[in-house]
Amino acid sequence: MSAKRTKEKPKPAVNNRTLFSVISASSVGTLIEWYDFYIFGSLAAILSSQFFPKDNPTAALLSTLATFAAGFIVRPFGALVFGRLGDLVGRKYTFLVTLVLMGGSTFAIGLIPGYATIGFWAPLLVLLLRLIQGLALGGEYGGAATYVAEYAPKGRRGYYTSFIQTTATLGLFVSLGVILLTRESLGVDKFAEWGWRVPFLLSILLVGVSIVIRLRMAESPLFSKLKTEGNLSKNPLAESFGKKQNLKMVLLALFGATAGQGVIWYTGQFYALSFIQKACNVEFVQSNMIVAIALLAATPFFIVFGGWSDRIGRKPIMLAGMALGILTYRPIYDKLYSLADLSQKQEFVDAQTIDRKSTKQDNGGLLTTMTTTHFYEGGLIAKDIEKTVTASPGAQPSKPELSKSVTLPTASFWLMVLLIFVQVVYVTMVYGPVAAFLVELFPTRIRYTSMSLPYHIGNGIFGGLTPFIATALVATATKANEVAPGSVAKPYLEGLWYPILVAGVCFVIGLLYLNNKSESMNE
Amino acid sequence: MEKLKQYFGIIWILVGIYVGYDRITDSLTKIGSDKLEDRVFGWVVLCVLVPIVVGGLILFGKYALDGEYKSNE
Repeated sequence: MSAKRTKEKPKPAVNNRTLFSVISASSVGTLIEWYDFYIFGSLAAILSSQFFPKDNPTAALLSTLATFAAGFIVRPFGALVFGRLGDLVGRKYTFLVTLVLMGGSTFAIGLIPGYATIGFWAPLLVLLLRLIQGLALGGEYGGAATYVAEYAPKGRRGYYTSFIQTTATLGLFVSLGVILLTRESLGVDKFAEWGWRVPFLLSILLVGVSIVIRLRMAESPLFSKLKTEGNLSKNPLAESFGKKQNLKMVLLALFGATAGQGVIWYTGQFYALSFIQKACNVEFVQSNMIVAIALLAATPFFIVFGGWSDRIGRKPIMLAGMALGILTYRPIYDKLYSLADLSQKQEFVDAQTIDRKSTKQDNGGLLTTMTTTHFYEGGLIAKDIEKTVTASPGAQPSKPELSKSVTLPTASFWLMVLLIFVQVVYVTMVYGPVAAFLVELFPTRIRYTSMSLPYHIGNGIFGGLTPFIATALVATATKANEVAPGSVAKPYLEGLWYPILVAGVCFVIGLLYLNNKSESMNE
Repeated sequence: MEKLKQYFGIIWILVGIYVGYDRITDSLTKIGSDKLEDRVFGWVVLCVLVPIVVGGLILFGKYALDGEYKSNE
């Protein structure tokens, strides 16, 4: 971690062209891995209907396991398996393997026949392939970050590794873009029938290109030097976690940086989207647009803060990002909520419209949709949608399924974009410098193993659980209010206590125990 | 500052113990739930999150108390 200002620009060990190729090869591959990982989540509803019918308890169990296991449990295991491999045989070949595994399993998901065709095998195969995806993701990031950092000149590692840091956000964009494009070109019906397979199958092309690029790259210079000198670790796992000198740094990296970084990352991007969709009821396309614009606008800040961390150090930037989240999350989310809070808006009752539509379903039933549209001051529009299904003529209609959606006027739309943009800037502050911070914390011989585990525990477990724990906290507060009205003033903000507390503990540990001095990467 | 870092080790150990108690109680309630998602979530917290947070924080606290992080200043 460099705290010193250098007058001369540090010179890279390799020429700029090679360095650019290294960054491109690593970033493109990592971006594709994120793309592969996200399309499963983005297509969760369709995959559920194809592979995990809810009326089958075994399929439902496998679906829940696929959600939790791949994101939280398997990623740290991937970090251990591939981290060890990366320290034993090299970075280049290991992150080639993770790329092949990720691409292969994504492509294979696109080929699996549905539950209707092969029954129980369908969800089982999907779960297995999803686990392989999680393992591959666990191994990829550490390899890419280590590879770039070991090429980058000292004093510029924050800047060069920050390109890797943009890939998680950009991967989400590419996945949404490919899905939307496929859906638009095929039409909604064909997409639901077979078109959803296209984004999965396309992965093999993307991975193929990335493999060709990566095969042309040489092994990292620091790893090659260690190998030539015969100084490679014989047992990276034992050296990383069995020796107190290194284990204490792994724990410091986890509790002083990555746990806080993980919750800020997930709150600013995923929980924000979930909050405006579920708590604020903002209409689906509009809510995705809001988050997409905020993400795009904030992405360059990964590089800004990564580069800045080379000059003032990683610690102040990461801790400032955590502190800002701790201090401002509640007012930000309160404002988000108020922008769509109908109880605070004046309705033009006379303008209310009711629309009723009935459509015949494939099974002979009749779906009736009643939409009541309310118009409010300032241009806000709210829709109450009630759906009922009548199995056959003369039969009792099903219990109505109610939903609400709010379409924001232009001013509120852009204010929401701004409020989420601010949160994503916090994400760039904690996430932009973290790759350089982690690689500089550990020696080359066990770097891949040592840095991957705290990263994936921080992001996969502490961060990945954010939406679930936050939702559970909101549910508890809402239930408490039902028992004793007014006992919790703003129950919709209660979910924020999880990221605030985790980031708070992490901030104090980081402030006390992290140093801001330059670390050697040549050992 | 060195002493403060050491004394804070006790706080991290206590935080680890408290989080362990709190999360174990909560996840046992979830494991007994009727909803499948709650049950799986309860097991994930109990088997994955609790050991990492409790074990990790207690060990971290112990290292801090022993003065292991002195050299980082």
